[in-house]
Amino acid sequence: MVRWILIAVLSIGLVGAGIWGYKEHEEKNAVLIQAENTYQRSFHELTYHLDVLHDKIGTALAMNSNTSLSPQLVDIWRLTSDALSNVGQLPLTLLPFNKTEEFLSNIGDFTYRTAVRDLKNKPLSDKEMKALNELYKQSGEIKNELRQVQSLVLEENLRWMDVQLALATQDEQSDNTIIDGLKTVEKKVEGYAETNIDSPLSEQTTKEHKFNNLKGNDVSKQEVLNQSKVLFKLQNKANVKITKTGDGADIPLFSASYEDGDKRAYMDVSKKGGHPLSLLIERPIKEQKLSLNGGLEKAEKFLENNGFNDMTLFQSAEYDKVGVYSFLYNDNGIRVYSDSIEVKVALDNGDVLGLTARNYFMNHKKRDIPKPTLAEKDARKSVNEKVDIKEQFLAIIDNDLGEEVLTYEYLGVLGNDTYRIFINAMDGTEEKVQKLGNSELNYALAR
Amino acid sequence: MSHKKRLMLIIIICFFALAHQATYPKTDQVKAFSPQVIQHGAVGDDVIELQARLQYLGFFNGQIDGVFGWRTYWALRNFQYEFGLDIDGIAGAKTKQKLVKASKYNEKYVKEHINKGYKFTHYGGVENKKQAPQKVPNKTAPKKQTPTAPTKTVNTPPGYSQNDINLLANAVHGEARGEPYEGQVAVAAVILNRVQSPTFPNSVAGVIFEPRAFTAVADGQIWLTPNETSKKAVIDAINGWDPSGNALYYFNPQTATSSWIWTRPQIKQIGKHIFCK
Repeated sequence: MVRWILIAVLSIGLVGAGIWGYKEHEEKNAVLIQAENTYQRSFHELTYHLDVLHDKIGTALAMNSNTSLSPQLVDIWRLTSDALSNVGQLPLTLLPFNKTEEFLSNIGDFTYRTAVRDLKNKPLSDKEMKALNELYKQSGEIKNELRQVQSLVLEENLRWMDVQLALATQDEQSDNTIIDGLKTVEKKVEGYAETNIDSPLSEQTTKEHKFNNLKGNDVSKQEVLNQSKVLFKLQNKANVKITKTGDGADIPLFSASYEDGDKRAYMDVSKKGGHPLSLLIERPIKEQKLSLNGGLEKAEKFLENNGFNDMTLFQSAEYDKVGVYSFLYNDNGIRVYSDSIEVKVALDNGDVLGLTARNYFMNHKKRDIPKPTLAEKDARKSVNEKVDIKEQFLAIIDNDLGEEVLTYEYLGVLGNDTYRIFINAMDGTEEKVQKLGNSELNYALAR
Repeated sequence: MSHKKRLMLIIIICFFALAHQATYPKTDQVKAFSPQVIQHGAVGDDVIELQARLQYLGFFNGQIDGVFGWRTYWALRNFQYEFGLDIDGIAGAKTKQKLVKASKYNEKYVKEHINKGYKFTHYGGVENKKQAPQKVPNKTAPKKQTPTAPTKTVNTPPGYSQNDINLLANAVHGEARGEPYEGQVAVAAVILNRVQSPTFPNSVAGVIFEPRAFTAVADGQIWLTPNETSKKAVIDAINGWDPSGNALYYFNPQTATSSWIWTRPQIKQIGKHIFCK
């Protein structure tokens, strides 16, 4: 009897211990992943902040007025402090990474000093501009190095916990790619002398106009069904599913979805007026037959057929046998940035694979555009004189307050970079300066 | 006699035909570009040739990489200006013809150097040997063979680096693999909507790694290797497609553990996920 009780108690204990051990193990794993995630976040944020930092310094170079330069410098200062705190969260205490930190705080000091100064009375001197230029170059180099490390980290699934271990054990033999990469970054920075002290379009529309100007009567499910079959290029019998949106949607929508083997199609249509807000078709794309330019004709035709008139091409790009085109509404020669539409075209047979007209329907309305009161040649004077202006347009953009303003838009070149500069057509305020991205080296292939 | 004449004639014709054949490759070289019209944003062999020819004439000083970016655009416009063509920044038939006439293109040399990832230039009047290789120093990585490497440079949507795209693709794959395509685009769009939203972190990495935000991050599934579909979905989302209808949250009703999420105003369901504000 006693023996049986003993056996029971012991086996319960054994099972209990097993369960406890497993729970412990699970918890340990969860904590490890959490810690790893924190490191990953700091690291990816660090590279992102350096990206933005580099871009902002580059943009500052092309700015002219102190009203836009001061906030820009403050922004750079804030970014250096963000980046510094990212460095601080990485397990790098055993790795000499202090030169990079020093470099970051140097940029911070420089921008802080110049930002709080009244730039109207004391604009940036030639020497300071030169220093800024130098910082632009150096931050670009660091950015590239870090991106290279980052692409390695992503590709090879490297773990920061392993870095920590490698650093802690000081194992000379261990070849840790992260550590090697960061050492290269550090070496680069060491070379800099002590004296040194870039959306897509959707970013343009900060204030949402909430579809106030949507025209038309409510449409029925059946109408949406018919419309979707046309846009999806389907036979009459095809099985398209239509659903309605819930309370959370900005405006009531119908969504149509279709699936057949490799092909999937999805579309959002506004209930009011039956306007297509978004269309997305996914299918394998065969051999490329059309050029980016050839696809443009298809995209333009598609817009015309679907009632989008007066749209002009803004930019285009080719990704893996797909052409993506963005168009702006052209109001008697004035480009309206908030009324934008993107179209995606398959470059095998020219089918339209996508449309997104959310911005267009959200903002589009009849506008009373005043005549500019500032002459173009006077507006030109508000542009940084070092920028070589190549092209000019009239444009309506949303300014920092989210109001629509009429501007002269300039495309210009400074050094190797191209800038888009908006000057208010009424009072000559420098509303926005953008550095336009260059193509990017494919780090995964360049190694 | 007439036989002899005819023979002579045949021989002469043959000779001409041969001579013509022999000169043929030369005319072929002049028609080097494919008939496509090349515009800003294009990629591929025609762009490489365009850049190389522009560089040969000294208009283009950037790296020949096969992506028609801004520097190529300005170089082309300058060329059109100098040669009295319409200045539109688009390489059409007329522009290409002038360009081919005015410049030389050493395709073998250019391609070879691009494929090896060397830094090089292609200026006219300079020996190739002097323009080429200082090999790009092999940095952090152990060398890896990539079997197909058409161009070394890629188009990325403005404001995003390839690493951002890869990180996003990781998250989308971890969260939404097995979902319909539009469901994957929607998940990527939610992440981007959060980056824009004032109540969430301001960077892609910040949003993805925010504690307790995504289950795939919490349980490590984010480190599965993403497939091409998730990358395509991410690029669509970055280019402005948002099937979620501007959502900030989503959840799987079968596995959701928090009751709070049910109180959010719902927008729609795609696949297994319900998207909400």
